[in-house]
Amino acid sequence: MTSAVETVSVRRHRPSALTRAWAFVRRHTLTAFAIAAFVYLLLPIAVVIAFSFNDPVGRFNFTWQGFTMDNWLHPFDYPQLGPAVRLSLVIAFFSAVIATAIGTLMALALVRYRFRGHGSTNLLIFLPMATPEIVMGSSLLTLFLNYSVPLGFATILIAHIMFNISFVVVTVRARLAGYDRHLEEAAADLFANPWTAFYKVTLPLIWPGILAGFLLAFALSVDDFVITYLVSGADQTFPLFVWGAARVAVPPQINVIGSAIFFIAIAFMLANILWQWRRQPKGAV
Amino acid sequence: MYYLGYTSLESGDLFSGYVFSWAWDNYSDAWTLYRDHFIRSFEYAAIATLIAFLISYPLAYWIAFRGGRWKNLLLLLIIAPFFVTYLIRTLAWKTILADDGIVVSIFQHLHLVSSDGRLLATTTAVIAGITYNFLPFMALPIYVSLEQIDQRLIEAAEDLYANRAKAFFRVTFPLSLPGVFAGTLLTFIPAAGDFINAQLLGTPRQLMIGNVIQSKFKVSADYPQAAALSFVLMAIILLLIIVYARSVGSERVTTGVA
Repeated sequence: MTSAVETVSVRRHRPSALTRAWAFVRRHTLTAFAIAAFVYLLLPIAVVIAFSFNDPVGRFNFTWQGFTMDNWLHPFDYPQLGPAVRLSLVIAFFSAVIATAIGTLMALALVRYRFRGHGSTNLLIFLPMATPEIVMGSSLLTLFLNYSVPLGFATILIAHIMFNISFVVVTVRARLAGYDRHLEEAAADLFANPWTAFYKVTLPLIWPGILAGFLLAFALSVDDFVITYLVSGADQTFPLFVWGAARVAVPPQINVIGSAIFFIAIAFMLANILWQWRRQPKGAV
Repeated sequence: MYYLGYTSLESGDLFSGYVFSWAWDNYSDAWTLYRDHFIRSFEYAAIATLIAFLISYPLAYWIAFRGGRWKNLLLLLIIAPFFVTYLIRTLAWKTILADDGIVVSIFQHLHLVSSDGRLLATTTAVIAGITYNFLPFMALPIYVSLEQIDQRLIEAAEDLYANRAKAFFRVTFPLSLPGVFAGTLLTFIPAAGDFINAQLLGTPRQLMIGNVIQSKFKVSADYPQAAALSFVLMAIILLLIIVYARSVGSERVTTGVA
């Protein structure tokens, strides 16, 4: 009996030193690997930012020539760029607002009620996300062509609302999953009519999900190229401008706008992370 | 309203352009004329997905189990590329892989490419670009599923005399399969339809089916052919997903039983 226990303890003891040595090696290989992967991920971003300070000779901004602040001081000093950025922001704002409104209501309906077509609705929500953008874009384009809808601002907006809805639904629904319906019932018990209950109880509780959905939709809309490219007429959003420019010239202003978008987005995310940290009690891991 | 719009647009694909005439030729042409592009697309997408997996898994593992307090910040670094416009980050690769750039000269020193070799405008560049652009789609789901694993299960495996490798392959990896499954789909599907990387980093010899579709729509205005091509693309992808889901699903059942 005792010997058995001893063998067990010995057997557990000896490899554990080895295991620890192996773990040490492995931990560091893994860490080195992870750092390399991060370099791979972040290198292009560094290049984009660095080249926004480049002072290119000629029309292409691919080789480093010298440091300059000019591009940042005159970010829109290039024909068509300003309107393109403005159009992107306008489309992003309206498509995000509308998609958030529709998406939130759909998420509420999907979580609350079992209606006919519940399952297929769930499936349809995922379809736009599981379809290659080129197929989505060409489907929309053929749809617009068949009904002879003139391509332009309206078609871009419709397309953006469409692909944004799915993402909003998923985001808001994730928030609703942890939502306690009894709170609403409590509000009703306290003589709140359904609208007041929604406004005072439901909405504040799911607000973070709605906000996240809105920001996600906004970001996706600003970034989208493939679908926009297919359904746009003569109008140019910022990514379309970059595409058009890439064929003839790459002005450093593109990098400036790209870096600016990057910094703004990162600022948002960092603020969010800091906010989460502050909410955690001190000392918690 | 949304569903109606969506359904009608799905069937909108089948219209053969200006006049509906049951022009099945579009479909046979889609295969005979563009078979190479299809095959190339799926080949590139598959390779890119595999590489993305090989990079993402250890990365996600590292963040999930060693990230500690910095997890959120590290995740932010993973999705950071998304905050740079897709086209701009692909153009950045053009700078990095440029003929007189650092990467090419390092590779030349290591004799990975010949001294007059180049990386830009090669298959490697296109695949590297695709891998890069869709890597976060692979890393995030894997991270989420690894993060959810109950550490006690791995400890239990070690208590039961599993060595670390065995504990990993019998416990950790099977438990993270849903993430791998999701990540693979999220990477493969957009990669197969992508045309930006092939356009910006490749040459006409690397053109993928996405390039063909977009030029049919935007350049030659051959809508019926383009619609047929995208329909075929979608059909093949769906088929692959079903096959994939079946194989992964059955595998998971067997590991669950064993």
